[in-house]
Parts: sequence; structure tokens; C-alpha cells
Amino acid sequence: MLQLSIRRLAQAIPTLWIIATLTFILMQLTPGGPFDQEKPVTPEIKKLIEAHYGMDKPIHEQYIQFIVKRLQGDFGPSYKYAGWDVDEIIAQAFPVSLELGLYALIIAILIGVPLGILSALFHKKPMEIVFMSLALIGICLPAFVLGPLLLLVFSTELGWFNPFGWNSFSDRILPAFTLGLFYASFIARLTRSGTLDVLKHPYIQTARAKGLSKIRILFVHTLRSALSPVVSYLGPAVAGMISGSFVVETLFFIPGLGSFFVNSAFNRDDTMVMGTVLFYAALIILFNLIVDLIQIWMNPKLNRD
Amino acid sequence: MINSKKEKLELSKRAGSVPTNLWQTLCKSNNARIGFTLFLTLSALCFIGPFFIPHSYETTQLSIGASAPSVVHLFGTDVLGRDLLIRTLVGGQISIFVGFLATAVALIIGTTYGMIAGYVGKKTDALMMRFVDTLYALPFTIMVILLTVLFGRSLVLIFLAIGAVEWLTLARIVRGETRNIKTQAFVQAAQLNGLPHHQIITKHILRNLISPVIVFATLTIPSVILLESVISFLGLGVQAPLASWGSLINEGAQKFDVYPWLLIFPSIFFSLTILSLNFIGDAFRDAFDPVL
Amino acid sequence: MKFSFTLIIPLLISLFLSMACTPAQTNVERGISEQVLYIGIGAEPEGLDPHLVSGVTEHYVLLSLFEGLTTVDPKTLEILPGVAESWTLSEEGLTYTFHLDSEAHWSNGDPVTAHDFAFSYQRILSPKLGAPYAYMLYPIKGAEAFHKGQTDSFSTVGVKAIDAQTLEIELHSVTPYFLSLPTHFTWWPVHPPTILKHGSMVDRISKWTQPKHFVGNGPFALKSWRLNNGIRVVRNSHYREADSVKLNGIEFLPINLETEERAFRAGQVHITSGVPTARIDWYRANRPENIRFDPYLGVYYYLVNTEKAPLSDKRVRQALAYAINRESLVNYVLKGGQKPAYHFTPPNTGGFTAEQSFTYDPDKARTLLTEAGFPNGENFPEIELLYNTSESHKIVAEAIQQMWKQELGITIRLHNQEWKVYLDSRQKGEFDIARAAWIGDYLDPYTFLGLGISDSGNNHSGWKDLEFDQLLYETTQTLESGQRFELFQKAEDRLIEAMPFIPIYFYVRSLLIDRSVDGWHSNILDYHPYQFISLSAKD
Repeated sequence: MLQLSIRRLAQAIPTLWIIATLTFILMQLTPGGPFDQEKPVTPEIKKLIEAHYGMDKPIHEQYIQFIVKRLQGDFGPSYKYAGWDVDEIIAQAFPVSLELGLYALIIAILIGVPLGILSALFHKKPMEIVFMSLALIGICLPAFVLGPLLLLVFSTELGWFNPFGWNSFSDRILPAFTLGLFYASFIARLTRSGTLDVLKHPYIQTARAKGLSKIRILFVHTLRSALSPVVSYLGPAVAGMISGSFVVETLFFIPGLGSFFVNSAFNRDDTMVMGTVLFYAALIILFNLIVDLIQIWMNPKLNRD
Repeated sequence: MINSKKEKLELSKRAGSVPTNLWQTLCKSNNARIGFTLFLTLSALCFIGPFFIPHSYETTQLSIGASAPSVVHLFGTDVLGRDLLIRTLVGGQISIFVGFLATAVALIIGTTYGMIAGYVGKKTDALMMRFVDTLYALPFTIMVILLTVLFGRSLVLIFLAIGAVEWLTLARIVRGETRNIKTQAFVQAAQLNGLPHHQIITKHILRNLISPVIVFATLTIPSVILLESVISFLGLGVQAPLASWGSLINEGAQKFDVYPWLLIFPSIFFSLTILSLNFIGDAFRDAFDPVL
Repeated sequence: MKFSFTLIIPLLISLFLSMACTPAQTNVERGISEQVLYIGIGAEPEGLDPHLVSGVTEHYVLLSLFEGLTTVDPKTLEILPGVAESWTLSEEGLTYTFHLDSEAHWSNGDPVTAHDFAFSYQRILSPKLGAPYAYMLYPIKGAEAFHKGQTDSFSTVGVKAIDAQTLEIELHSVTPYFLSLPTHFTWWPVHPPTILKHGSMVDRISKWTQPKHFVGNGPFALKSWRLNNGIRVVRNSHYREADSVKLNGIEFLPINLETEERAFRAGQVHITSGVPTARIDWYRANRPENIRFDPYLGVYYYLVNTEKAPLSDKRVRQALAYAINRESLVNYVLKGGQKPAYHFTPPNTGGFTAEQSFTYDPDKARTLLTEAGFPNGENFPEIELLYNTSESHKIVAEAIQQMWKQELGITIRLHNQEWKVYLDSRQKGEFDIARAAWIGDYLDPYTFLGLGISDSGNNHSGWKDLEFDQLLYETTQTLESGQRFELFQKAEDRLIEAMPFIPIYFYVRSLLIDRSVDGWHSNILDYHPYQFISLSAKD
């Protein structure tokens, strides 16, 4: 497993380099620059502004400079937010997104896994429809619907929560539910099918024949392999959750990373786009590695490969 | 551990790829009946219904504005006084069409790709999965904007853009499951017996992948329907005054505490579609899985 | 075991809910007791360097942190002394001598000197800095030449610090509205030692605006700044009239429109940056005391590409303009008290209100279209209406598309693009008709009509009219306002006759304001100096 981790971290370097290069090319091709506005500055001034950021140099020089800077760990200043460096912005916003993402993850798992198991246990019984409908709420009500609904009920009508902000612990609850319920749906459905798959396995039937209770079998023998698709799903999902959600952050006015992901692209804030993309890429690589490690832990035979 | 004798016995059962009596099994299933009835009703409403409604999805009546449901406008009207019923139905045509086609694209690419990576393993797997990581990380917004600039507005591009993101997670799930299945005794037995790879893949692996793939597909369709509205927002998807469910729900969500019907009716259609698809998905899953 | 699961979920939910506490005190209440204003500004400012920013959002914040030579009485719009306590104008009307208030200090205690102003004006006019709004200082003699790099010597520019308390500004030509210019943030001073400590005079990339470094001369000083979370300013004890400032602090919150409105209803902000259209009727009916509609110096228009057939035909453009029912658009769709636009310059721009030279006239529009060869819209080619993605632009476009369809029988395709792509298309002339808007920079019709000049960088219509150019040139050669207004009217007439820009409506700034706010006066400049604002509980 250590070997795998080392190998994967070694692979991460060329992967990140390719991602950085592709993003660099994409940004060059996309029309519109960071300094274009409704009231445009004169071309001469635009050139002078761009000179500040080295955007006046030939493309290949810009590219080399860009790679060298990133290797030195310098992500450069944001083009959009004067006076802020990209790494400062990420350092400020990531802890918020991480916290929100972790709460959402907990909610997603605490709701999703039990709901999935329950609907598997009630397979082909009337109750199944109830559990299925519950599981689908997060899909039927996307964050931009669920968020305002929760706000209307729990903030405007009942007055239990602040309508916005990120100050006290209670400010975490509605956003975490809004973000987590979507993932809970996926987890519930995948858990259900995984559980059903495992339950029909011959060895389970043998165990049942031996008189072991369904629940006991479930927890002792099956849950590990039943959750395998869920674990695969969670790799990219967790990376997505903790890197911030634009919709949830905007709805609840949370200073997380998600809005920078989206807005940096709209602002053509090249350095910020690059910073967020590489940051996200590192998360993706990390979590996919973790997923593979968990998979091996769950099924040690995989290690032989 | 697994008893190898039992496992071999089981092998014969599990090897039979698509059950011959799939339709029979489906027809017997309650889930299938509920799901298909619901889905066909919704589709019929969306694709045939508009011919019977005396309104147009684009004609505005500014002086009426947003009005609550009435006899003339069963679902009420939107802020420009347009009939919401016909807008929901016509929007359903787009959403169902895009949802199914894009999901099919993602399904085919994701399953094939993930299966190859998981089955071949080793360096191929590493390379293929790093490619997936790369695509995950690339800025989606920028890619969609570029597509609009390079190719203008076309429906094919929506599938391309959606397909480019939606197959990734599926590929990862399929790859993980394939690796797991590969380690199981019956696959290894088949390999020892000299069964060709393509037969192992189609008979054993694909067969055991069905369950997570179907589940994921039924959940991908709603994601695609919503993603379409994001892509339209960036200038690539359907063009106003046409509106899909995604954009109707999005608009409704912003105004629902003032004009609740703008959110409720499109959401009901959207939710019922999801529900029906999940019923159908479950039925298919059960039909493919006749062991129990 | 089975039941424990069904129990766990509700248990967890109720656990979470029990942890939720009702906020004991709202921001509005806390604000009143602590004299802290909570104000929504809609978006995150692009920066706090007055020489580098260009937007309205930045203005809201900077107004608390800096002060220019003069300021504005928010009630009467009369020019008030700012850092300059008095000034004199030479007889020929070209040289202003400002006498600075000896009480004026920077937030670190340094006195504000005339040298600081000279430094600041040199900084913003330095081409290397790339200040987007440097042209606001062009009325100063030699400023334009220096800014365009024709000379390197700042001594050629008419700014001179006679001594620490006396600043002399020599103008290029007589500028009747000159004293209103120093109220704009481009004219505000920056603290030279702070700038130089964090870079050179012309460095854009500088850390001086960080709260721990920031030095300003306004009524408030920067306390904290976190992106997408808020900017907090507190009373600046060194401010020249610190005693007259009533607020102890201001919290600027970059919240989006819907969230802001929700926050307002929950008593969490005193003032919002706007009102969601869907909510306007509700406030009018239920809380009329909280909603305000202020006139605003801006026009919303459709830009026509006059180089593409059939829009190259003046009659087609006129037909399109006459067939838009602006009254119904404003009353039923926009709802925010916007004014239908039948001319280009907003009413009362620096005292000038253009005469309305056309009306909503679908019959005439049809006749014109027939004359142009498209009776009942037959054979009219399919053209596109381009707008940048936004709910409000979409709604207006959908409504107008239907008006054209119903009145003229022509079908126009709608096309939305992401903001920067849209700007790019407009710049390159890759459009038929494009949604556009213009917000005035200063209180003079020139800021609007200048858009139509043939070589204006912002005239993307392709329309060129030498006579129009001549008329506008003449307005810069005379001082007498009656004569100037006559010239502006003639220019308006030519513009409306040719219709390269189809005016649709004039902007209004709508906002929500809590009754506890005193001293916030509606005015066309959207200028609300915070030193005049206070909070008091109303019953």
C-alpha cells in the first residue's frame, strides 16, 4: 500500500503539469481578458496594465515563466482582486469550504447509508417506496431549490437560523444540509443496490440458513463489500464537497472557495483560475488515491494486482 | 471464505448473461408497471399535450404578468404573462431529450472506459485513470465558453459538454467494481478455463456491474437535466424564449416565495420523472438479477 | 436494531435543531445601539485603491475611507469643502487655489498636505499605472499629454503644491463643473509613504490596501477585509471633523440580491444594494416605508449594427424603435419605477432634459418597414438580438422580441453570451442588435452623447455622422449653458433620427432601507457621505 501511495504521488506530478498546461492553453484561447469592462479602457492603457502582469510577453515566454513560478510555489496576484495573492485567497477560503464540506459529508453518509440499507431490507415491500422517495429528495430538490426552501421555513418563518453568514455553529446547519442532501441521494441509492447485490450472494444465504440474523450478517459480513461503489463515488464527490459550492455559498453568504472557482472563470482571472484548478486537481488525485487504498483494505485481493 | 465448490455451482447461474425472460420478468414487476406508466404519461403530456393547449410558449401578455393558476391558465402564468403549462410541457421535451441522450453517451463511454481500465489494470489502468483525473480538474466553465465561441450554438455541443463531465464518475465506479469482480473466484476460474477476455468481460463482469450502473444512470438523468440549464446560462444550450425544466426551476426558485406556482409545477414534473426513472431502474436491476 | 435506524435520523435532526439558536439580537438592533451601519453592496469590490478601481461597488466603500478636496451635500448636491476648507478661482477662470484644512489628517496621524495631492495626481496620471479612469483628470492643463506619454515631466502638468497647505490647479480650459470633479474617487489622495513602502509609485500589484497597512483620510479607517465576507471600517479619530461623525463603524457586505433581500427582511442589514424585481410589488404593498427608487444617471438601450443589412436601412432601425411599447415594459416587467426612454440622455443630466422626439407608434413603424421593403415583415431576414446572460436582460429581450413579432411580423432570434464573450462580440461588431447600457461618469450630457462620436471607442454601432461630431465638438467650445443645451438637443435629434442606439429605459436605483437610518438622502449621483448618516430607533 505504501508502494502504491508513492507510485501515485509520483504520477501526480506529470498529471498536474498536464492539467496546468491544458488550462493555460484554454485560458489563452478563451475570448475576453481580465481587464475588459463595459466601459473599456483605451488599448494603450490595457497594454500597460497587461505589462504589469507580464501578459505582454510572447506566449512561450509567458508559459515558461508561468511554470517556473508555480514550481516555486508562487501562484501570483489575482487579476481581479487588486492587492490579493491567489494563495492568500485560497488559504483564507479553503478552511471554510473544508468545514462546510465535512459537515455535508457527515450528513450525506448519516442519511444516505442507513436509508440505503433500510430500503434494501424492505426490498419488494410497500415501505420501500417511502424510503426511495426519501432518498430522492436531494435529487428532486437541487441545492438552488432546497436552500431557499429551508431558508423560508427555518429562517424566515420559524426564525431558528440566521438567513445568512458564517459566524456561529448554527450558521453551518442549513448550508450543510443543502449541500449534503444531494450526495445523500446518491449514497442511498448506491448503498441499496450494493446491499441487494451482496445479500443474494451464496455465502450470505448459507449464513442465513445457519440461522444468523439478517442484521448481523449485514454488519458483520456484507457492509464492507456492499459499500464498494459508494466508496468509488465518494472520491470525486468529497473533493467536490470540500472545495466549495458556488450555489450554497451564494445563497447563504459563505466566504468559501466555490465562488472563486466559478467567478474566476467569468472574470478571466487567469492566475486565480490556475490556482483553483491546480488546487482542485491535487484534491482529486489525493481522494482518488484514498479511495483506492480503502478499496484494497476492503478487498485485500486487489493488492495483488 | 467462499466455498469453492459452491462458487463453481454458482458460476453456471451467474454466467447466463441477459436473462431470456427479461420482458416477462419486467412485466411481472410492480416497480416496472408503476415506473413505465408514470413515465409514459409524463412523456405523452410533454410531447403530445402541447397540441391541445390553446396557448403559445412564447406569446407574452405583459399586463397580466405572473398570475396564479386559473381556469384559463391551469398552471398560472410567468412574469411575462406566458402560460406556464405549455412552457413546462415544451420544456419537458427538451429536458427529457437531452437527459436521455446525454446520459446514454455518458453511460456508454463511462462503462466501457472504466471496464477496460479495471480489467486490464497495471499501467493501462494508471494511465487511463490519470486521464480521468485530468478531465475532472479542467475548468468546466472555461471549456463550455470555448465551445460556444468555437462552434456557436448547437444541440450536439450540449451532449458533448455534458458527456465530457458526466461519464467521469461512472468510469471511476465501474473501474473500482471491475477490479473487485476480477478478484472473485468465478472470474479467475473462467480465466483459468481459458475463456477469452471479451467473453469474460461481457458474460461475467458486465453482468455484475449492471446494478451500480443502472442506479448511477437513473441519477445521472436529473443531473444532466439541471446541468443543461447551467450550460444554457453560459450561452450554449437552448435559447430563450424556449425554456427547459432546469431553467424553469431555476427561475422559479428565485421567485417562489412570491410566485410559488413558478417553482411548484415544473418541480413536480421533474420530480415525477425522477421517481418514474428510479422505479424503472429498480425493475431492470431486479430483472437482471434473478438469483433471489 | 431495525428500529434504532428509524430513530437515529429524527434524533440527529432534532439534535441539530436544538443546537440552532434564535439570534438574540439582529444586526439592525445591534447597529442602532452600537452605531454601526450594516450595508449590502451587492458584490465584492475589485480593490480599495481609488486610482485603480472603476465601479459603483468600490465607490460605496471608498467613500468611507477617503475624502477629496471637495465633497457633496447629499441633500442639495451643493459642493461642500472637503480637505480644502476654501478655494479661490483666478479671474480668467483657469487657476484654482485650494487652501487645505489644517485639521485634515491621515488615519495614521500624518497631516494631509498639498504635496500628497500632487503625488496622487502624478500617480494616477502616470501611464505605467494604467489607471482606468485617469481621463477624469484631463481638465487639468497638460494632464492628457502626460497621461498619453507625450512628456515624461510632471512639471508640465498644472498641479503645483505651493506649500503644505496650498494646492494650485491650472486648467486646460474653463470647466464650469470643475468643483464637482474632486468628489469622484479618481481625485482622492493616497498616502505617499504608504504607497512607497509597498512598491513604487506606479505599482499596481501592491499590498498597501491590506487592513494592516492601509492609510486613508476619510471619516472611517479600514479595520478588516475578507473576500466575500465583508469589509469593516471604524471611526477614524484623526479625521478632520471626527467629532461630527456619528457612526462608530460600517460593515460592508458583498451579498447577492436575493440573499440581501432575505437578510433585510430578517433585520440583518440596514440598507441593500438593490431589490429583486419579483419582490418590488410586495414591498410596495406591505412595507412602502422601506423601499426607495432613486433616479440614476444611466440609460438602457439596444445597440444596432448599422453596417449589416437590413439594419443599415435607417427606416428599419426606426421601425424597431417605434414598435417597442416602453410604457408596458416599464410598468409590467421592470416595475422599479424606471422611466421609458424616448431620447438618449437621461432627464436632468446636468440640468439638460432632451425633448422627446418620437413616441410608441406601431402604425408608423409598420409603414416604415413597408417602405424599407418588408410589408408585414415579409422577407425580413432572420437576425439576432444579443444580450449578456442575466435574468433581467433575458426578460426584457423576450418581451421586446414578442412586441416586434406582434407589431411588425418579424422574428428575431435571441442569443445570450457569457459577459466577456459578449463584450468581445460587441467590440468586434459580431452582432446584429445588442443589449447595452451606459452610466454617466459626470453630470453633463457629453458623457452620454459622446458615445455616438465617430471615433469613440465605445460606439460599436458603426454609425458615423460628421455633423453630429461637429455639434459635440462645439459644446466643448462654449461655456454658456443655454447655448450648449441647444447644441446637445440638435445632437440628440440627429442621433434619434439615425437610431444607431435604440433607447429603452432610464435607470432607477431601487434599494431597501431600514427606518432607523437617518441622513441618507436620495440623489441622482447616488452619493451618500457616511459622516452625515446616523442610526436611531423609530417606534
